[in-house]
Amino acid sequence: MALVLLLSAILLLAAFGHWSGARFARRARAAGLRLPALPAYYGWYVALWTGLPSLLLLVLWAATQDWAVRQVLIAHLPEGLAALPADRLSLELTTIRNIAYGLMPRQGVSPEVLAAAAEYLRLRELARLAGWGLALSAAVGGLAFAAAQLSPRLRARHAVERLVLLVLLLCSVVAILTTVGIVLSLISESLRFFARVPAGEFFLGLTWSPQTAIRAEQVGASGAFGAVPLFAGTLLIGAVAMLTCVPLGLMAAVWMSEYAPARVRDVAKPALEVLAGIPSVVYGFFAMLTVAPVVRELGTALGFEVAAQSALAAGVVMGVMIIPNVSSLSDDVIRAVPMSLREGSLSLGATRAETVTRVVLPAALPGIVAAVILAFSRALGETMIVVMAAGLAANITVNPLDAVTTVTVHIAMLLVGDQEFDSAKTLSAFALGLVLFFATLTLNLIALHLARRYRERYD
Amino acid sequence: MPLPSAGAPGTLGEPLMAARGVNVFYGAKQALRGVSLDIRRGEVLALIGPSGCGKSTFLRCLNRMNDVVEGARVEGEIRLEGQDIYGPEMDVVLLRARVGMVAQKPNPFPKSVYDNVAYGPRIHGLTSSRAELDALVERSLRDAALWDEVKDRLREPGTSLSGGQQQRLCIARAIAVSPDVLLMDEPCSAIDPIATERIEMLIEQLRQRYAIVIVTHNMQQAARISQRTAYFHLGEMLEIGPTHEVFTAARSEKARDYISGRFG
Repeated sequence: MALVLLLSAILLLAAFGHWSGARFARRARAAGLRLPALPAYYGWYVALWTGLPSLLLLVLWAATQDWAVRQVLIAHLPEGLAALPADRLSLELTTIRNIAYGLMPRQGVSPEVLAAAAEYLRLRELARLAGWGLALSAAVGGLAFAAAQLSPRLRARHAVERLVLLVLLLCSVVAILTTVGIVLSLISESLRFFARVPAGEFFLGLTWSPQTAIRAEQVGASGAFGAVPLFAGTLLIGAVAMLTCVPLGLMAAVWMSEYAPARVRDVAKPALEVLAGIPSVVYGFFAMLTVAPVVRELGTALGFEVAAQSALAAGVVMGVMIIPNVSSLSDDVIRAVPMSLREGSLSLGATRAETVTRVVLPAALPGIVAAVILAFSRALGETMIVVMAAGLAANITVNPLDAVTTVTVHIAMLLVGDQEFDSAKTLSAFALGLVLFFATLTLNLIALHLARRYRERYD
Repeated sequence: MPLPSAGAPGTLGEPLMAARGVNVFYGAKQALRGVSLDIRRGEVLALIGPSGCGKSTFLRCLNRMNDVVEGARVEGEIRLEGQDIYGPEMDVVLLRARVGMVAQKPNPFPKSVYDNVAYGPRIHGLTSSRAELDALVERSLRDAALWDEVKDRLREPGTSLSGGQQQRLCIARAIAVSPDVLLMDEPCSAIDPIATERIEMLIEQLRQRYAIVIVTHNMQQAARISQRTAYFHLGEMLEIGPTHEVFTAARSEKARDYISGRFG
């Protein structure tokens, strides 16, 4: 609530700045001066100087406040606590915070810690107020600075454009840094994992059973981290999904681009794209409640042994889900094949079907391959359907009627619930994530490369 | 309205194709009005006229490529050796095998030089062995005056050839199915003068075996390579006759003005 007030105050100041800057410019023009920019630019000049620095300051303050409070608190801790080794100190600080926020009963806690908790609350409040004061004074200061700069010779448009450029740059930097940060944290946690489990065991081991012992003498929890069953399951389900979506999607694309009348196509294409808009959870219970029983009954009727949850059910439903990924992109690349090639083929006496299979599809092939690869990388990353329909059993099999599991499912399983963050079990999720990340990254790069080559050829 | 005389002095053989009163509509818009003319073996017929006059539209009627255009409707009669090409008996695939076409912009398929030429023979099953197909490809490329330039590059993509070579490749592709008629829609407009000269020489040779109908914007080209010329204007054919007569003594004022370069 108080923060909303603060933000409103800053915005109000900025609005006032805009008004005063614009008024200055209008008056100068009315007085017959030629200004290098329109009045609105003078307004924005003042408004941006008012708002931007204070908002930036607020964000920075929020990001560093906890750390600063902690440092001050440590410096003020009584002798007995301050002398503790680093990890014990960290534990005590957590206790202090928990007591301060009322998350922990106060009974049996030493008076030093209680005092420190009170001190912590006081410091925090102080820091918060200081941050707000700083932000507010930055707004006033910026307003004053910009107002002082106002003169008929100020090139307000240049200044505003530079500031806007700065904002754009900042936004892209944030986006890029976020990505880099995610990748780095994946890598560093994976390194911690590989320090406990040899990479050879992870990539080549055939048993996945990540239960590690909490107590040393615990039985049956040796923890096996052979990820091959997960990779195999991922590939099997991905293959089933591809076998479903590539023929369906491609033929739908051929029909839409080559045969459907324009009016039908205008309805059919968006209708097909609706498939992509259905949440994957919905596909998941569709797979679990409808497709899996059908697969089981059909399979049993034909004399096969079918697991209750099968790769086939999950894969087929996943394939249906990514049909639009294949059909929509393929439709675009097929339509991008120049009309002149079709006419060249038709005028040689080829039928429409011959023209499609012998000229149009080969010409569109790089783009179609790109679409299929993108769909595959989407299939690799899909979690929900597999969790719900394919089971959790880490089997190595090529039989799509068996239950299998995938990399994504196990990442989810590993991190659900309370987990200690220094066990190999939890860390293995990061290693799996890293593998998945590099797999999809590679696939996407290949697809991008193919799509670009295709575009060069026909534009 | 009296039909323009279709068969001005016919000394060059019997008509292979005959068009009578052809009207073409694109939706509600009429693009051709009552065009009648004959196409004969052994001669080059040039279709000239300002842009949008219907000459390309007429050309596309002769192998029914207008079927591909949504909303296009063709009226009147076009016969190939007496058979109505718009009649229910006519198989459009066989028609197009007999009436080949070369487009304005070279449009080789993204396949090898060899596969480009072999495309037609393959879909029509013209050869029964690899050796026969090889021979047919070589003969077609020779006939298109391209063999010497590409005989070592048969496996390279057709799109890697120069513009003029690509156009001759398209001609080779068209004659590989041994058509009776070859339709050319401004075949030289997208290529340079030297390549144009080669193709004009080629057309002169091909005339011996195929009836050729060529649309051109280039008056000199029409004069150089054609035996007869038809002048189109706003969807009507105003003039047809031996090329030298049309060029020196056109009856209609519009044709005289266009040919002398007063408009166009």
